[in-house]
Amino acid sequence: MNISTSIFAALDSLTANKLRSGLTILGIVIGVGAVIAMLAIGRGAEASITGQIEGIGSNLLFVVRGGENPEVRNAKDLTLDDAEALRDVFQAPAVIGVAPMLEQGGVVSAQGESTNTSLYGVTADYEWVRNATLAEGEFINETHLLGRSAVAILGPAVADDLFGRHEGLVGETVRVNGQPFRVIGVTKEKGGSGFTNDDNRVLVPLTTAQTRLFERLAPNSVDMITVQALDSEAVPQASEEIAAILRARHRTDLGADDFTIFNQQDFLATASTITGVLTIFLGGIAAISLLVGGIGIMNIMLVSVIERTREIGLRKALGARRRDILIQFLAESSLLSLVGGILGIVLGWLIAIAVGAIAAASQADINPTISLDSILLATLFSMAVGLFFGLYPANRAASLEPVEALRYE
Amino acid sequence: MDSWVVNAKNLSKVYKMGEVEVHALRGLSLKVKSGEVMAIMGPSGSGKSTLMNILGCLDRPTSGTYELDGEPVANLEDDQLADIRSRKVGFIFQTFNLLGRTSALDNVELPLRYAGATNGRRERARKALESVGLGDRLHHRPNELSGGQQQRVAIARALVNNPAIIMADEPTGNLDSQVGEDIINLLLGLNKEHGVTLIIVTHDPEIAARTNRIITIRDGHIDEKAKKINKAKSSQG
Repeated sequence: MNISTSIFAALDSLTANKLRSGLTILGIVIGVGAVIAMLAIGRGAEASITGQIEGIGSNLLFVVRGGENPEVRNAKDLTLDDAEALRDVFQAPAVIGVAPMLEQGGVVSAQGESTNTSLYGVTADYEWVRNATLAEGEFINETHLLGRSAVAILGPAVADDLFGRHEGLVGETVRVNGQPFRVIGVTKEKGGSGFTNDDNRVLVPLTTAQTRLFERLAPNSVDMITVQALDSEAVPQASEEIAAILRARHRTDLGADDFTIFNQQDFLATASTITGVLTIFLGGIAAISLLVGGIGIMNIMLVSVIERTREIGLRKALGARRRDILIQFLAESSLLSLVGGILGIVLGWLIAIAVGAIAAASQADINPTISLDSILLATLFSMAVGLFFGLYPANRAASLEPVEALRYE
Repeated sequence: MDSWVVNAKNLSKVYKMGEVEVHALRGLSLKVKSGEVMAIMGPSGSGKSTLMNILGCLDRPTSGTYELDGEPVANLEDDQLADIRSRKVGFIFQTFNLLGRTSALDNVELPLRYAGATNGRRERARKALESVGLGDRLHHRPNELSGGQQQRVAIARALVNNPAIIMADEPTGNLDSQVGEDIINLLLGLNKEHGVTLIIVTHDPEIAARTNRIITIRDGHIDEKAKKINKAKSSQG
């Protein structure tokens, strides 16, 4: 018996019991479909998060208060003076831009509408360091900073919430935590979700935020300093320079830094660890259903072996070897799982598309991606399931004594 | 002598049913010449099914030797026995035992596949079906054929490998007498034409009477008394 005849024979005997074969296949379809869909969604989430992080810019560093060493107590605040010190071209030649900022939640209202949003106190450099491109108006400048002006730049989502539009708003007045601010610009729509939504924020001058909006114990402190390095190659060097300056200014002991410097690579590494775990977790749950499908195959194959005991006896009487019977039943179980696997890939693909559509409709930026390797993985895995769970029934069939089998009623 | 197709000496078969040992065959010896037609008779439980299984290489004797077509087969492994069956033995069963949902031609071709024949399988299967008079039923399935026709397909299947021996177990047991008569005529005709060695297990004395030789099994032995009576009968006839 060669392979193609075994496959045809298997096909023939499977079509003899269409409903039964169909239900058995369904178990595999659901299992493989779930694996494919979950892996696709996991990949999509990973791509979306990675994309957002990469959108930040590969040459940026973020300095925040507090060290990685838990022994260090009483970490000093980062201050505007620290930020100024980082601009020193001699001590920090790899640094080309410094943008200190304060952040706090707040309520913005206008024309009887109000919305909760994030308030950012920023300096003029924020515009180009963080790519806060404006759709209209002008960015916060030195004059605003010096005068602690009550001016604000709205994110388009905030503008939509308050005015129902995000155009032609320059000159309007909004109340930020109750105080009137004049709108001087609206940022471009960026979209996005996840950690931060750049569309749902209000930018005000840093000095205004320090003195008029936020109540801070240390009036000169900032929450974070964003530093732009020359290019992504210069990030490690910039990191060293920043650390050296801050250590000197904060007079910290060696190995007891009271600040932490992140860069895009750190975020990417963390995010990919998280999404990797997520994908494995989702895939693992889906794999359980594939296992259940495999047990379904085993069950049906065992029933089939018992039903066809006489046929097996006859085949053996006609000269079938152990191997011939083994191949016959393995061909059937593999075919079940292969067909199930192919249909499962289609199902998983449809689920992925549906999830992508739902995500798009609810503004979540997840674009499920089915990769060739997940298709190969699912196909091979389902074949392996078929072989593994088919092996026991097939072996049972192959070891039947011909005399006993022929006598079986 | 090398012309013995079946040369079995001192065959015994013991089944263990829990604690009890059942002696199905007790030192039975038997020789069958090439081209002979032999009937095996005997009451049920006499051991004739066991003898049939051993002669057909479906089972091994507990002790004794057995040469089929010159090859010692008493102590072969399962797969070696399967190989012998595919080359040297053809089976005809009371209940036909054809594969349903499979055409007559495919049923007849099956032993050739298991024997590993690669060339002209279809042609040989077709010729075998023609030789049993079913040249016009090649693509019919068993459920589209009458009982007699199904048994003819089974005969073609037994013939197709040119076996050294054909074992027929109650070949007419499920057929009415007229059709059964046709089947027996066909088998005897094939024996005359092709010299096929035929062993028929039967309860029917009329069928047995048409063979060259009758052996009667009783309690795991060949019944010598019956042998003499049978010999006398066949020399008269």
